[in-house]
Amino acid sequence: MKDFLNDWGITAMVFLPLVGAVVMMLIPKAEEELHKTLALVTSLGVAVIGALLALNFDWDKSAELQFVVDKSWIEVIKARFTVGVDGIAMPLILLTLLVVPLVIIYSWNHFPDPVNPKAFLILILVLDTGMLGSFVAQDLILFFVFFEIVLLPMYFMIGVWGGEERQYASIKFFLYTLFGSALMIVSFLALFFVAGAQTFNMTELAALVQSSEVARTTQILIFGGMFIGFGIKVPMFPFHTWLPDAHTQAPTQGSVILAAVLLKLGTYGFVRIALPILPDGARWWAPIIGGLACVGIIYGALACLAQTDMKRLIAFSSVAHMGYVMLGIATLTDFGINAAIFGMVAHGLITGMLFFVAGSLKERFHTLEISRLGGLLKQAPHMGWVLGFTAMASLGLPGLAGFWGEFPAILSAYNPAPGLSVGLFRFYMFVAALGTVLAAGYLLWLYQRTAFGSPKDEFAHEHVHDVGTAEWIAWLPMLVLIVLLGFLPVIIFGMTSDAVEVLAQALAG
Amino acid sequence: MTPAVLFASETGAIAAESAGWFLKNAWVFPAIPFVSFLLILFFGKRMPKKGAEVGVAALSLVFVCALAAGAQWVSHVNSETGGHGAEPSADTTHEDDAPSAAAHATVKAEVEPGAEQAEQVHHVVHPVVTEWKSDWWTIGRIDFGIGTFVDGQAVMMLFVVGLISLLVHVFSTDYVAGDIRYTHYFAFLSLFTASMLLLVLANNLVMFITAWELVGVCSFALIGHWWEDQQNSNAALKAFLTNRVGDIGLLIGMIVLFFTAGRGESFNIIDINVAAASGAVSHTALLVASLCLIAAVMSKSGQFILHTWLPDAMAGPTPVSALIHAATMVVAGVFMVARLYPVFFSGLSIAGSPINALAAIGAITTMVGGSLAFVQRDIKKVLAYSTVSQLGYMIMALGVGAWTAAMFHLMTHAFFKACLFLGAGSVSHACNHSFDMKQDMGGLRKYMPRTHVTFLIGTLALSGFPLLSGFWSKDEILAGTGGFGLSEGANGNYHLMLVMGLMTGAMTAAYMTRCYWLTFLGEWRGADSPNAHHGTHGHDDEAVAVTVLAHHDDHAAEHDVAGAHDSHDAHDAHAGLPHESGPRITVPLMVLAALATVASVANIPAAFSFVPASWRLRFEHYIEPKSLYFPKLDHSEFSPVIAIISVVASSIGCALVVLYFRKVQAGDPKATELTNGPVSRGGLPKLAYGVLVNKFYLDWLYTDVIVATVKGPIARGANWFNKCVLDAIVIGAATVSKRIAGFTYAVLDQQVVDGVVNGSGIKAAETGGFLRRMQNGRVQGYAALMFGATAILAGVLVLAI
Repeated sequence: MKDFLNDWGITAMVFLPLVGAVVMMLIPKAEEELHKTLALVTSLGVAVIGALLALNFDWDKSAELQFVVDKSWIEVIKARFTVGVDGIAMPLILLTLLVVPLVIIYSWNHFPDPVNPKAFLILILVLDTGMLGSFVAQDLILFFVFFEIVLLPMYFMIGVWGGEERQYASIKFFLYTLFGSALMIVSFLALFFVAGAQTFNMTELAALVQSSEVARTTQILIFGGMFIGFGIKVPMFPFHTWLPDAHTQAPTQGSVILAAVLLKLGTYGFVRIALPILPDGARWWAPIIGGLACVGIIYGALACLAQTDMKRLIAFSSVAHMGYVMLGIATLTDFGINAAIFGMVAHGLITGMLFFVAGSLKERFHTLEISRLGGLLKQAPHMGWVLGFTAMASLGLPGLAGFWGEFPAILSAYNPAPGLSVGLFRFYMFVAALGTVLAAGYLLWLYQRTAFGSPKDEFAHEHVHDVGTAEWIAWLPMLVLIVLLGFLPVIIFGMTSDAVEVLAQALAG
Repeated sequence: MTPAVLFASETGAIAAESAGWFLKNAWVFPAIPFVSFLLILFFGKRMPKKGAEVGVAALSLVFVCALAAGAQWVSHVNSETGGHGAEPSADTTHEDDAPSAAAHATVKAEVEPGAEQAEQVHHVVHPVVTEWKSDWWTIGRIDFGIGTFVDGQAVMMLFVVGLISLLVHVFSTDYVAGDIRYTHYFAFLSLFTASMLLLVLANNLVMFITAWELVGVCSFALIGHWWEDQQNSNAALKAFLTNRVGDIGLLIGMIVLFFTAGRGESFNIIDINVAAASGAVSHTALLVASLCLIAAVMSKSGQFILHTWLPDAMAGPTPVSALIHAATMVVAGVFMVARLYPVFFSGLSIAGSPINALAAIGAITTMVGGSLAFVQRDIKKVLAYSTVSQLGYMIMALGVGAWTAAMFHLMTHAFFKACLFLGAGSVSHACNHSFDMKQDMGGLRKYMPRTHVTFLIGTLALSGFPLLSGFWSKDEILAGTGGFGLSEGANGNYHLMLVMGLMTGAMTAAYMTRCYWLTFLGEWRGADSPNAHHGTHGHDDEAVAVTVLAHHDDHAAEHDVAGAHDSHDAHDAHAGLPHESGPRITVPLMVLAALATVASVANIPAAFSFVPASWRLRFEHYIEPKSLYFPKLDHSEFSPVIAIISVVASSIGCALVVLYFRKVQAGDPKATELTNGPVSRGGLPKLAYGVLVNKFYLDWLYTDVIVATVKGPIARGANWFNKCVLDAIVIGAATVSKRIAGFTYAVLDQQVVDGVVNGSGIKAAETGGFLRRMQNGRVQGYAALMFGATAILAGVLVLAI
């Protein structure tokens, strides 16, 4: 068992969804139930392999890569198939393993128009491979390939199953992200050549850059390319404008995956690639990243206050929340980066939940125009409670998961890594703390307008179904985890702490 | 890298080794109501009493445990100060073992002053600390544990919270009976109690912040209990958001403490206090932390200028107001200052100074609250502003160094203010759920004798009537100011605070007299109210009107209508007249009134030599910490002069109001104000009245100026910027690219390149051969080529750089 996991575990986990997708391609479109079952079984199978990996993971050595597979792949360009898992990747892998089956369960009888479960579920499985692959890849080219694989299914999901302006939104999403990717790959290649590397292996590149003393200016320039590439994906202010459109137009499932996992590819890229390989570049960029993160926190929150559409509001709240994650990363400290990873997971669960609820509301009321909603607690009390609970989690209430992404990030800004301006980061700390007030403002105001009061006249006499079975099954694990991680943050911090400490020490010089 | 110096908590020098079970296992206190919360939330609706029974049972259990903990604490203190008091070596050697610089510094400081102080060293009382390391969260090599920190202060709060919460639970079973969200109501009461007890017992700052926010959420949920009405949900939002503003200060203040007093490694409250008390932390850091934390106190404990949410919070059910917005949650800020007292004591240089931020804010707040309470029609709002004012007293007390007085006042205030709020609830229960004193009340004395007496006792206690609890606790605060040398042994000489405290005392007596008069004296005005008979008690509107009219005719000329008492009680059953509430409402009132009376014996002044020494200053003896984590305080003594001045001031305030109402009701016993009083005549009084009615325009400033601007123009501006600048750039770039592409195709490709290609057909054969060779390669080959091409591009780019 252990041998199998060591040699094949990660590969099996990453490619099993593709196998499932191929099998589904061979089955006629009309067999809808079979497609659903197959997709669910595949995603659960992936989750089981992932769980086995986690159980066999040596937590005492969580700073090291485990289950490493290093095979030749594209020799011409020295790209290798190198995969592995450490404490930083583990929480995000587990998040992906959780979210995908839940999305499939939620889809069971919630397929958006044009229904076509076969194509829809195949796309989700392809996405699964891309996401997991990105988190395990230890080779820059391999990472890039998986990073790009993710784009296409999401493009189709938005473009085919999306809302009224799906064409515009999907093309914007695709091109904007692709633009970032182009800069990213150029940075990767520049790194390869400048460092005189014989490999794209991340660990070796990091060591090589350290020993060969790549000029500081070069590091800064290369980091700049990665910064834009990852920054667009996060998305950081001012590269975020694709996000509200993509989220608003995407089907619920797309929004959930986008918010829960896809955005994390950007922040994960910073932690996994940009910071360890280019520490000098990171130090130069850190004040800028921190500044943009703070602008994002305030700006995202203000934009939220101006929104009239619930889904668009949640999308902008992602900009604000990812600002905390980026602020944590920008401090280059162990507190900050741990908080960032916690924040990624928490945001995935919480914002994913918010999009789930928004999707279910849209299905019932056929609108998410806030001014037309109201009195949800009366018409569908359970859903009202779930929304209230998730809103509280989203505003960073201690005792729930969101707090642990925010508080240590704010805390870390008090004392950033050596070499960074203390005064500037303390100012960032204040701005970030101010952002928590605005977050409470837009979330509670949203809740007041949608859940409190009485239903508006047009829906007053409509019978609204409360949370259904498929919804409960999809939501409960997320809700429980939001509480559990809030009560016992050691679950995530315990995974990441050692690995982050190694990284933070390298960054401290 | 290992820490150079161990923290006090790690050396074991601070915590007691042996203590009672409840002190060592204090986790049971929050755990019981939390389990109750879960049970009520998930199974409450299926229970015979809809979940209320679980809440009442849980709180009874908590209360019994709190009593047990109290008894164990008393014996713990006795054993540490009495039995081993004569042998200081026990404690000192313990500390000698510990390589704690901070602890040493303080030990020296304690010993040096000489023989007089040496006694205090003997009397160290160790708190009881239980901690679970590395079970909560961990960053790098630092484990942040979770645990409980029990000392006299915590035990006192356990008792107060347990008792008031229990009484409120019992009261609620009658008061909110039949409510549509009866079960949810009890669920949140339980959750609140659990959070509040967690706050009281927290041994580290993060736990404290967590509990601090959780009580805030419960407050939000309970203020907005009747969320159908937008006014209520507005009040709930206002409460939560105002508190969030203060929380900026809380977060930053705690972070500053973590990095300075906690050396970036410890959130432990004892560690931080020991460091702050030892003088090892820079004064600036403590000053900054104190000022930040004061912001949090201002919002949570309703201090001027962030107090505005508290009166609005009265939108919640009345028992909630009693529990959360009078007796417990709003004192969290006071509790925090008391908990981190060394930080404030050194940071604000409380000793020996005439003024500081904390004392000033407290003093201003007492006067602001007191003055606003005058112009309220709503009985709950009077009490709410009164709470603001009394919280100001507590903060002022902490600001002048009168720690014990603040804690004592916190306790007595919890008793009499809860009594008053629950009394107001009982009154409203009788008056068709109205809280309007001028419209729906008056003359209730004869209809609700039990409520009346308990309310009167609460009023007297609050007004500082001699020998009742409020008199003693307030007097201790005033003596603690040390103003004008009127009291011995105060920590500073806060003249201004003494003057303001005395003036507020007069105001308190005055507005409470007004409140009492409007509610219980004069004639019942309920019949004039258009909605008087809409409630559950109205049977036959006409019959009621007739009865009441007859009643007016009979007694119109009389001032004292007590004689009519009996004959009107008989009407209660079938007419809409007010009636006394049931036992589940009146018994809690009586318990609280009794406590408001007898709590004064808890801290009998040292100067009262006619009382045995073992009865004097018990509160100070058992509650005030005597350990390294607490600053060395001086204790002011009872001052007869201040007591007399304060009684005279209160009497004047009371007498003025009595004279006023005698004049008002001389002609018409149902009148509530002078028709041609000074306010209606214009000039300064009218101006002042206008300012008070508009609550110093703070609500206008916050809601209509700040919030409206952020929600309106600023938010819209951000959205416009997003759409018209950032997005426009993206779309512009896309459009330009598209144009370039169109040009490339139409001009370059079709005309230029095609022309070249057509002209170079000869080369085609060779190229074809190359391409064929390539197509034979593996799939990877293509990919390799693609990356290779990009790599070359990149290489060129890099060389160019």
